[in-house]
Amino acid sequence: MKIIIILISTIFVNNVILAQFLGICPFLGTSKKTSTAVGMGAAVIFVLVLATLVTYLLNKYVLVAHGLEFLQTIAFILVIAALVQMVEIILKKISPSLYTALGVFLPLITTNCCVLGVSLKVVGEGFIYGNNVGEAVIYAAGIAIGFALALIIFSGIREHIDLMEAPEGTKGTPIALITAGILAMAFMGFGGLV
Amino acid sequence: MSNWKTFTKGLIKENPILVLLLGCCPTLATTTSAINGMSMGLATTFVLIMSNLVISLLKNFIPDKVRIPCFIVVIASFVTVVQLVMQAYVPDIYETLGLFIPLIVVNCIVLGRAEAFASKNPVWPSILDGAGMGLGFTFALTVLGSIREILGSGSVFNWRFLPEDAQTILIFVLAPGAFIALGYLIAIVNRIKKTK
Repeated sequence: MKIIIILISTIFVNNVILAQFLGICPFLGTSKKTSTAVGMGAAVIFVLVLATLVTYLLNKYVLVAHGLEFLQTIAFILVIAALVQMVEIILKKISPSLYTALGVFLPLITTNCCVLGVSLKVVGEGFIYGNNVGEAVIYAAGIAIGFALALIIFSGIREHIDLMEAPEGTKGTPIALITAGILAMAFMGFGGLV
Repeated sequence: MSNWKTFTKGLIKENPILVLLLGCCPTLATTTSAINGMSMGLATTFVLIMSNLVISLLKNFIPDKVRIPCFIVVIASFVTVVQLVMQAYVPDIYETLGLFIPLIVVNCIVLGRAEAFASKNPVWPSILDGAGMGLGFTFALTVLGSIREILGSGSVFNWRFLPEDAQTILIFVLAPGAFIALGYLIAIVNRIKKTK
């Protein structure tokens, strides 16, 4: 039951893009076509879960154990960068088909702030699912699914917007941002669900 | 390019948010009020200046292949400095900005300037470039924060100019308002650029 609550609250109620503003750059950058959005969403799900697991364990057994919490930011970003690189190399070797599908998006993920943001949040003070590695990973998975969901919905809308006549000056990014605002308003309707 | 131009290009012509559209996450998340937007901008400016300074000093020692991880380490160190200083001296602003202070590390503007400018130019222009870009970012954040605060709560820099019971558009201090306000701000900038 708890798992379902974590998933619903991360995917819908506190959607990572539309309510928490993490990962806006890839949200605007890779949402022009649905196919790229699906690729980016899948890559984020993959890396975010893995990165949260690794940084959680690193924080618990290395940083906290030696009183080095102030190094969290530096340690986490290095681990994430190395992890992304490693995932890329391993995928290339063991699953070329998955690599061709996710390949282009993997390097972009290092600078996706939702990865660093979620891994810092999970180990931060006052995080309710922070005591248990299983719950932390499910939280990360929920966040990543929420990211993919918002990205894919938004790319679907954006494909239609391109065909519409937008007022002068709002063409391109401004109309996309305004649409994202309306989408965020729709997602606010999920508030109070959990 | 003259030093003056290096400094001013970040302010308006190549404003990181309004023109280049970099660093959108902190822009949207921290502009619930003018003061929050401005503090976020100033924190980022400090990191930009310091990381540009150090990277342009080290540019001849960093091997080309591992430059990105090196840049990230330099940036992350200064972000940690900012984080600890803010926690000590302005704890309330630190609380409000929360997660977005450590997230300056992954702000595209900082890494972008390191890669595009500081790694190729001498120290003094790099500092000016960092300062210009940082102040341009601060300017955009303050404007967006003011717009959202005026519309959403009828005040600016905590100075209230509407009576207590006046109707305000609450949505502008919530998440959707951020997207809509930034969308219209960029649309206005585009429009002005076209008519010039």
